[in-house]
Amino acid sequence: MSNAMATVPASRTWQRHTVGQKLARTALWLLIAVAVALSVQSINVIWEFLWDAPEQMMDMGRRMWPPDLAYYPKTVHAALMETFHIATLGTIFSMVFALPLSILAAHNITPHKGLNLFAKTMLVSSRSVNSLVWALLFVAVFGPGPLAGAVAIACRSVGFVGKLLGEALEEVHFGAIEALKAAGASQTSQILYGYWPAVKPAFWSIMLLRWDINIRESSVLGLVGAGGLGMAMNAAIDTFEWDRVAVILLTIFAVVVIGEVVVTYFRRRLI
Amino acid sequence: MAAVLNIRGLTKAYKPGMPVLKGIDLDFDERGLTAIIGSSGTGKSTLIRIINRLVNPTEGSILFKGVELSRIEGRQLREVRRRIGMVFQEYNLVERLSVMENLLTGRLGYVSALDAWRRKFPEEDVTHAYELLDIIGLSDFAHQRADSLSGGQRQRVGIARALMQRPEILLADEPTSSLDPKTSVEIMELLKSQGVTNGIPVVVNIHDVELARRFADRIVGMTGGRVVFDGPPAQLTDDHLKMIYGGEGWLQ
Amino acid sequence: MSGARLGPTARGKRSGIRPFHSSWQAKLLAIVVAAYAVYALGQLEFSAERFVKGLDNGARFLARMFPPSYRNGDQIVTGFVESMQIAVLATFFGVMLSLPIAVLGARNLMPAWATWPARLIVTLCRAFNPVIVAIVFIKAVGFGALAGVLALIVASVGFVGKLFMEAIEEISMKQIEAVRATGAPFLSVVTYGVLPQVIGRLVGFCTYQLDANLRNSTMVGIVGAGGIGAALFAGFQRFEYDFVLAILITIIAVVLLGEFASNYVKRIFHV
Repeated sequence: MSNAMATVPASRTWQRHTVGQKLARTALWLLIAVAVALSVQSINVIWEFLWDAPEQMMDMGRRMWPPDLAYYPKTVHAALMETFHIATLGTIFSMVFALPLSILAAHNITPHKGLNLFAKTMLVSSRSVNSLVWALLFVAVFGPGPLAGAVAIACRSVGFVGKLLGEALEEVHFGAIEALKAAGASQTSQILYGYWPAVKPAFWSIMLLRWDINIRESSVLGLVGAGGLGMAMNAAIDTFEWDRVAVILLTIFAVVVIGEVVVTYFRRRLI
Repeated sequence: MAAVLNIRGLTKAYKPGMPVLKGIDLDFDERGLTAIIGSSGTGKSTLIRIINRLVNPTEGSILFKGVELSRIEGRQLREVRRRIGMVFQEYNLVERLSVMENLLTGRLGYVSALDAWRRKFPEEDVTHAYELLDIIGLSDFAHQRADSLSGGQRQRVGIARALMQRPEILLADEPTSSLDPKTSVEIMELLKSQGVTNGIPVVVNIHDVELARRFADRIVGMTGGRVVFDGPPAQLTDDHLKMIYGGEGWLQ
Repeated sequence: MSGARLGPTARGKRSGIRPFHSSWQAKLLAIVVAAYAVYALGQLEFSAERFVKGLDNGARFLARMFPPSYRNGDQIVTGFVESMQIAVLATFFGVMLSLPIAVLGARNLMPAWATWPARLIVTLCRAFNPVIVAIVFIKAVGFGALAGVLALIVASVGFVGKLFMEAIEEISMKQIEAVRATGAPFLSVVTYGVLPQVIGRLVGFCTYQLDANLRNSTMVGIVGAGGIGAALFAGFQRFEYDFVLAILITIIAVVLLGEFASNYVKRIFHV
């Protein structure tokens, strides 16, 4: 305001931003431009390969068509079921671990800074490491196979579920809890009868969301040996059987679409 | 006086067979404030929105300074629209832009999209905007965001935005319905005086019969999608009002 | 009236209200989930013996991870710089592509002939995990960062494009109407009517996507698309688990740092 009063009467020109705002904006744009330019310059692009790309894609398309549909009942179906189990088991495991961690992370339930910090660090670590990296770790521990995949999915999901659930717990209206406290309820019954009913819808919708994500993620874990569709895909790619890869890609696409429909249906029933 | 706008046989049906406007004939000439009165749902708003084609007519002709605009599209439509100023009931300012940017919006029809994006407007537009800000008494608010203004201030900015177009006609769709009585009078005064200063006709949709009587040079009464009264305020009798609004209890 | 209320149907209804209803449902659900978990674990050839062996392996594995080794620190730095470049480029081009696609796909601005192709593109971009897209691009442009950039551009269009489209569909049409009424050309309607209403959320999506791309670039690296993921995968293959741990710690630290930085930027821009 004072700014406008100072500049306007003198000369009736108009500038959208003050000098300071302009500088900040220019600096930001410059930063973006420099970052992009530096990245373009230093990233290793082999131009012949890039120009060749459309032809390679066409070639791949030709090899994929027609898809080897007979491959589905032979191998893909079993792999698909495995992927489903990995995702669902992983989600169930993550629920078991995320519940206590989210309670420890919510500062209104656990008024202990050290425990909060501990739980939050666990959750952040779980989230920062990609499920594919988790899978690499557990393939090294349990050996190749779906078990490594399920544990990897669980480890990645704990952070996601725990964070969202912890935030939901922290938003619970204090009044209801205080009433329970005043009635002499123990910590356990406060959680069971105060917090749980309040976060239940959020909890189920978080689990559903994560399950949907897990279905997608578990379809690629096999690329590092953790079972499911990815493993079948890896095998087909290694032997250049692109018509089989096409079947797997179609399967994944179908699963994603079905998953979306199922989740939309349940979410509508939940809310 | 030369005609600005001639409407003939204008019909609008949002659903086939259920017309909201049933054959409107109206003429507007160069000067004066016309108030269109009528109860809600009688098609006043549709009528005013059809004039600058925010709503498309079903049938009939709209002649604006010799241009038939009931069927034009694209560039032609934009060129007609920029000659018609429009003021809205809920102001319809772009909330997150500054007052000055909202005013300059009125010039978008004359500036290339690229220049508009870079906020490069001709100097005379900016000068004009400051003049209008002086007129509406918001000179100090140029840099303020539109969502920080009060209702009355917003509507004044809305009027200034329409005037930025240097319009040849000013339309206002219920400009006072969201405002308190005192502010409503101020807004009507502003519309009236700006119409006179710029020598352009002003067409205002309005609920409030008293405001209409006080400021209008001409009153058009509508009911059931038809014009049932058209004349100076002095000739508007209670019988007319009964016909326009129906019933009479509210007159006492 | 009150008699009718206590009638059998009303009582039946009342026993259907929350507490009782949800508890038998919850019990049933718990039983089903537990039964499924047992069944699925069997399907995944999980046995106590294998688990114990896994734990044994895990203990050895952990022992080999500690202490983390930074002796190849320069590899970590190079890998991270490349990951960062991949993330910057993917976010920049992904957002640039998302803007027009989102405008074309917004049903409140565009007719159906424009919205459905735009929506189809976004859905396709979202359907496949970046890892799978990366594999396809590796086939097209060869191993290296370029394939990673292209894969993450696709992922960014899928995410930012969808959210941005939804943001545009939620704007106030009154403001658009007013800008249209001045006779503004379509592009000016977008820059004056649409953009001011969504720019805050767009900045939020972009910073989130940069963060997501940085995390995902570790993932696409594992299948050969450049960045820190390549170094991580090499570490696994050479059984240099102490080096792996060093990379993981660095990833977590960088992700945390990024979270702080983005909160800081958000506070500067008040979004």
